[in-house]
Amino acid sequence: MFYIRCPYTNEYHSEEEFKPCGQAQIRRADSPVSTSDEQWGDYLFFRDNIRGVHHEMWLHLPTRRYFNVTRHTVTNEILETWRMGEEPRYQSDGRGGVIDTRADNDSEEVA
Amino acid sequence: MSQVNRLDAGRMSSEHIDRSSTLSFTHDGRTLPAYPGDTVASALLANGVDVIGHSFKYARPRGVMAAGCEEPNAILQMGATPETQTPNVRATQQPVFDGLVCESVGRGRSFIERQQKALTGLIGKWGGRFMPVGFYYKTFMAPQSAWLTYEKFIRAAAGLGRAPTVPDADTYDHMNRYCDVLVVGAGPAGLAAALAARRAGARVIVCDEQEQMGGCLLDSRERPDDRPAGEWLKTTLAELEAMDDVLLLPRTTANGYHDHNFVTLHERRTDHLGDRAPAGMTRQRMHRVRAQRVVLATGVHERPLVFANNDLPGHLLAGAVSCYIRRYGVVPGQRLVLVTTNSHAYRTALDWLDAGREVAAIVDARAEPAGTLVDEARSRGIRIIAGAAVIECRGDDRVSGALVAGIDIENFRVTGETETIACDTLASSGGYSPVVHLSAHTGSKPVWNDRIQGFVPGETKQQLHCAGGAHGIYPLVDVLADGAMAGGDAAVAAGFERVSPTLPGLARVEESPQAALYHVPHTLATMRAPKQFVDLQNDVTAAGIELAIREGFESIEHVKRYTAMGFGTDQGKIGNINGMAIAARVLGQTIPETGTTVFRPNYTPVSFGAVAGRYCGALFDPERYTAMHRWHVEQGALFENVGQWKRPWYYPGWKGARGANGEETLQEAVNRECLAVRNGVGILDASTLGKIDIQGPDAREFIGRVYTNGWEKLPVGKGRYGLMCGEDGMVMDDGVTTCLGEHHFLMTTTTGNAAQVLDWLELWHQTEWPELEVFFTSVTDHWATMTLTGPKSRELLEQLTDIDLSRDAFAFMAYREGTVAGIPARVYRISFTGELSFEINVQANYAMHVWEALFAHGEAFELTPYGTETMHVLRAEKGFIIVGQDTDATMTPEDLGMTWAIGYRKPFDWVGKRGMARVDLQRDDRKQLVGLKPLDGSEVVLPEGAQIVFDPEQQIPMTMVGHVTSSYYSATLGHGFALAVVRGGHRRKGEHVYLPQPDGSTLSAEIVSSMFYDPKGERQHV
Repeated sequence: MFYIRCPYTNEYHSEEEFKPCGQAQIRRADSPVSTSDEQWGDYLFFRDNIRGVHHEMWLHLPTRRYFNVTRHTVTNEILETWRMGEEPRYQSDGRGGVIDTRADNDSEEVA
Repeated sequence: MSQVNRLDAGRMSSEHIDRSSTLSFTHDGRTLPAYPGDTVASALLANGVDVIGHSFKYARPRGVMAAGCEEPNAILQMGATPETQTPNVRATQQPVFDGLVCESVGRGRSFIERQQKALTGLIGKWGGRFMPVGFYYKTFMAPQSAWLTYEKFIRAAAGLGRAPTVPDADTYDHMNRYCDVLVVGAGPAGLAAALAARRAGARVIVCDEQEQMGGCLLDSRERPDDRPAGEWLKTTLAELEAMDDVLLLPRTTANGYHDHNFVTLHERRTDHLGDRAPAGMTRQRMHRVRAQRVVLATGVHERPLVFANNDLPGHLLAGAVSCYIRRYGVVPGQRLVLVTTNSHAYRTALDWLDAGREVAAIVDARAEPAGTLVDEARSRGIRIIAGAAVIECRGDDRVSGALVAGIDIENFRVTGETETIACDTLASSGGYSPVVHLSAHTGSKPVWNDRIQGFVPGETKQQLHCAGGAHGIYPLVDVLADGAMAGGDAAVAAGFERVSPTLPGLARVEESPQAALYHVPHTLATMRAPKQFVDLQNDVTAAGIELAIREGFESIEHVKRYTAMGFGTDQGKIGNINGMAIAARVLGQTIPETGTTVFRPNYTPVSFGAVAGRYCGALFDPERYTAMHRWHVEQGALFENVGQWKRPWYYPGWKGARGANGEETLQEAVNRECLAVRNGVGILDASTLGKIDIQGPDAREFIGRVYTNGWEKLPVGKGRYGLMCGEDGMVMDDGVTTCLGEHHFLMTTTTGNAAQVLDWLELWHQTEWPELEVFFTSVTDHWATMTLTGPKSRELLEQLTDIDLSRDAFAFMAYREGTVAGIPARVYRISFTGELSFEINVQANYAMHVWEALFAHGEAFELTPYGTETMHVLRAEKGFIIVGQDTDATMTPEDLGMTWAIGYRKPFDWVGKRGMARVDLQRDDRKQLVGLKPLDGSEVVLPEGAQIVFDPEQQIPMTMVGHVTSSYYSATLGHGFALAVVRGGHRRKGEHVYLPQPDGSTLSAEIVSSMFYDPKGERQHV
């Protein structure tokens, strides 16, 4: 059972207090009516299915705050949690590995 | 003749039984004596019970083989009463208490043979007890339709134990715990780790599955600090017990190691005390531990060797024999042959000698065995046969001899002459498998270690440390040092400073390397030799594994599933490595190339009671009551569950109302309640409606974005019906939202959806439009809601309120504040019945007073309470939808014919607008909401969910064009009616549709408007 740090209260809580809400940073078009059916379909229905570093949104039920989690989908390791509007520190390298965007060398990989 | 195999008092100073009193217990109807401290297995052995059950496939006699949780044969059905039945308890782990009642789950040969005869009747003769591997797949899978016939016979024949038939009499609970270091296993490694971690300052929990902590120290021949191991153990445990912040949990199995260092510990608190838990105690407890670091000191399981007839009672694991002798003072025979691949097992022969019994021979697979224990065995005159193995066990219901031969491990063959050695007990040791299960639960792949001929834990992302045997460190002196190191490491990782450990002085026991022998060759080919068992609980043989591979199952996971190896309650703790070794040999691979199967929780069986804890019965899920709940109960209401709410369903026999045949039926009560509303006045407890208070300068803008219709012009003091869609354009909720002030709105939601709608509002606010200044608060529980409805509702309410209720002063859809029965109230003129209605909201704590005042004044108007069933009929007569009943996630507002609630020209692209414009949602043959009037008589009520077709003569499969969503009998209309979705229904008014029924009949109906009653809406405007 996951142990998740809420980035607003800075406290760890058990998974039972949270609800997973799918992939993070799904952006709504500024003008939905001017999107094509294909673009709108992508927004509505298509999500990444990542083996490795995954950015996902969670809801902390008691405080009703949405926030983001960077989780490794193979190990379930949570690399960071971050607030709405912020950018994640860890990115997928596309091969199951992790890129630390705040490391001195941008391409440097961490475990 | 009792306890024939019990040693004389004082013979074994290491024993842990209490001889000062005698207990008695009943096994398979026989009452037997035992001592406190015995397990059922040790007591059965002490009493000379060899055959404990019969195997479920071949009905072969089986006896105790092990002394711990890995036991495959001695499996018990526990419990003296139907309320205390527990299936599949390992006799080796069940302590004896006075009056214990148990039976073996291997139900005896006659039962099994009877079941097999029943199967023979089904499938014809298949040759006695010959059931090859894959038997069920090969025999029963064709023709497919026959499976249903076979299944009940197979289910009856297979399986272990019986599920209880009545509710459990005991209670169980859960406990959340946190610690710095959790130590799993209280053997030498675990105790050393716990001491080191605690001395460094860490809060420590130690759990161990056995009755007593100590692990191998309980039966060790070694002498730490030149004292018996048991004495060092006692001192160490006393030291730990005296420490603060150390929790020692014996009888507690770490059954699962889950993500983020969450470990579940299954504690059996009273199973050793009696058939039922003592009053005030829970029987078992699940500790849910979140540990900073975990130390796995889970030790090893000994492997037996696989040779012919190795399942005979009297063949035990070498370590188990030592355990029974040294811990329980039980020596399960007179004359022993020990067959081994390693030096450590020699201790069993020495223990046997110490017990005063005879050792016929030690048969060692190695050509040149050496080491401390080997030397001691030689010096005590034991015959050692090197480079050989027991290739076959002789005997009927008990071992009577061992067939010994020289073997060539490399070429898997027997060399030279065979010799039969008479004996009544055979102990075997094929090496040791580290208990990697918990580490594997974390997703870690076990890694093969050639030195110890076993798998050790691999890399993991969890914060764990291994200690001692669990990762292949075997000599006790090293185990203690390794445990202290692991405990210190764990404490340091948890933020403490290491304290250098004090370890007992201990001489190293020298051992020569072990032989890599698993399956012992026979003079005959495996397929022709007597059965050589790998998994005793599932009757999987070496020949079965060879056959599975010949038939093409090469992956160990496939071999496992085809042969059922490791599928039993023991999960292959004894047999799996041997099975993999056989598969590897046949495939010409190494064991690591063949790989292991996946280990998953639970490590040993866990009772459902412990899983459920207190979450059962009334505590399974919270129940929510409205402020008027007591009144409803007193008035005889029946309730229905709506989410967690208990809502009055209907009030049968209210105020003495009687049905045609006495008691009022549901239909009769609903008819009465409906007519009361239509002709007089009724009242509904609507408190469960979700209510969300929305405030802020941008509240109006926000509401306009999440509802489909327009909100710019709604004045203060007015309410409006709103439809809420997902981004896909599908209806997800509806309700009336009222403008209480320029920056203040009250949104109502459907009862079951309140929490989801609040999450939904927060989602849009927090993720897309954080710039809007708006706040949401759930006020569902704060306000109690009473719907007063019917033509006489105004007259009644006038008697109790200071609000001007006249049509001109308080128009339809308006909202007023005032008092009702002296209590400040919010009154809304909204109607879900189509009648003149007032929805009275008061602070929930005053609601009962208002409710009772309404009834006091309502007597003159025959005020009638109605429940959800009547509410459904009344709203359906008006064509009002219930989201979730008349809609599913595929209905747009347009499908519902509710284009009047769509603000196509609103400036902002509200949620759902773009989705609704998708091409597929614009098709005119989508399923659309219509009314259905049955054509087969006024009493007909179409079944809800019934499928609709246009052509009743069409061949099956017919083209289904929709289904009935709501259907009732209307006392007002005098006939049945229904709401339904029908393909292209909006332009099919007047057409007939057909509803084929399961009994072969067909109902018919006419498509009509969904508004059956007062279609112009005049009655609610009066």
